[in-house]
Amino acid sequence: MKKAKRSREALEIAVHGVFLLLGLITVGCVLAITVYLVLSGLPTIREIGLWNFLFGKEWASTAADPRFGILPFLLTSVYGTAGAILLGVPVGFLTAVYLAKAAPPKLRAALSGAVSLLAGIPSVVYGLVGMMVLVPGIRKLFGLPDGASLLAGILVLAVMILPSIIKVSVTALEAVPPEYEDASLALGATREETWFRVSVPAARSGIAAAVVLGVGRALGEAMAVIMVSGNAPNMPSLFESVRFLTTAVASEMSYASGLQRQALFSIALVLYLFILLINAALNYFLKRDKEGGK
Amino acid sequence: MKQSLSPRRRRWIFAVRGLMVLAAGLTCALVLFLLGYVLVRGIPHISWELLSTAPSVLADWDGILPDILNTVYIVLAAVVIVVPLGAGAAVYLNEYAANRRMVSVIEYAAETLSGIPSIIYGLVGMIMFCGRGSSLLAGALTLVIMNLPTVMRTTQESLKTVPQSYREGAFGLGAGKWRVIRTVVLPGCVDGVITGCILAVGRIVGESAALLYTAGFGHALNGLWKGLQNSGATLTVSLYLYAKEDGKFDVAFAIAAILMALTLLINLAAAAVGRYFRKRRSL
Repeated sequence: MKKAKRSREALEIAVHGVFLLLGLITVGCVLAITVYLVLSGLPTIREIGLWNFLFGKEWASTAADPRFGILPFLLTSVYGTAGAILLGVPVGFLTAVYLAKAAPPKLRAALSGAVSLLAGIPSVVYGLVGMMVLVPGIRKLFGLPDGASLLAGILVLAVMILPSIIKVSVTALEAVPPEYEDASLALGATREETWFRVSVPAARSGIAAAVVLGVGRALGEAMAVIMVSGNAPNMPSLFESVRFLTTAVASEMSYASGLQRQALFSIALVLYLFILLINAALNYFLKRDKEGGK
Repeated sequence: MKQSLSPRRRRWIFAVRGLMVLAAGLTCALVLFLLGYVLVRGIPHISWELLSTAPSVLADWDGILPDILNTVYIVLAAVVIVVPLGAGAAVYLNEYAANRRMVSVIEYAAETLSGIPSIIYGLVGMIMFCGRGSSLLAGALTLVIMNLPTVMRTTQESLKTVPQSYREGAFGLGAGKWRVIRTVVLPGCVDGVITGCILAVGRIVGESAALLYTAGFGHALNGLWKGLQNSGATLTVSLYLYAKEDGKFDVAFAIAAILMALTLLINLAAAAVGRYFRKRRSL
């Protein structure tokens, strides 16, 4: 009897241990990714020099006298993301308010199905459609020799971040306590005024989180922009072929070696630091939203 | 009532309403355009031969059967590994973890994982899993890390809906913790695991950047076991290769149409599963 009890206790402890290990896998993965990126990215940054690496205007990785300045990529990623946010956020925000508050139930179901579909479309499909529709369109519209440009990248990214922005904003808007809205309506405000002057301010942390999430998505997207933005390491300009941080990693990885290959890891490290920063911001807003909702 | 509104207010309301409808209309139009354009350009190029053969350089023919199989293999391998890991982590968080700081560290790690761009996963997966060159298995392992937070979150959400009284009842009957988890808690979170699976399958089918340098570009026709050990392009990766490297847009659009149909199907499945379990729960 005592033996049976002891073996049961041993089993419980073993099972507890297994679940603890499973629980810690995510932490292990984050640590592993961080360590790998730092170990393979940092030495090269030191070799090239932090200043030369981050603010060098020239990237010529395969030249006889190679230059590894990633300022063009950094600025392209920043401008591209900013452009996508500028276009995507107003559309996404207004769609979200319509979806959460104004749409009749049937339309609402159809619309949220459409948004889910938009979220599920693979990025290479966005890239393909961008390549076949946007790029030739931009070339003709602006009379350029080639339409593969920062502008094409911005437009594709703007569409791709829409579903994230809409979904998170809708969740935040739906969590606004109905009493707030009822009070506003009872005071004589119309429904539109209530949505925009009461519901939206009450959900502002969640909407901020949606925008931050959109920034993260735009900054991290690789395959769609590699297909539409031309991929030449120019300083960013709306109508010129450009290369983003993500596409810089993707485009040279297959044939890179030596210092060039190491430099790609350094680029990934820079991108990773950006993303960590964005995650921290996202977490801050989400937490504030949760506390505000209570 | 409306009469009493000042013209300024009425104009504002009118403008805001117009903008909202415009934005929602634009979103809708984008979805319809993408869907229509890809299907119209792609479906004419889908044929039984395309779907059922391997590409051949000699015959100058592009078949996508290997790509379809590679996608199936990688989905299977990744899901089989990620489900126990993700569900186990969720069980730990919801049933075992007593230390609040530990819970928040794990949850923060999961959030960080879900924010990392796929190209970084690809790069790290390449160093971690591709010691002997790229293979579907290396790609699948990379995808496991990517999808871990998804499965964990959906399982966690459904664990929270298992009533506390069930656990207390089982404990009261003298069951040990593991027995309670096995017989009461796990059956109660099946819906979360299935939802997580569907979401993971959707992400895996659509993933490309993480697979480029982990799973590779192979187009050989293999069985499951051999396929996992060799490099292989999934549908998305070969779409990219056909469109960007070879300029073969007919095949690319055919693959895009297939991917679009799969996305649609996965979305419908997720919605149907959600409805089914909601209904069962409310009974």
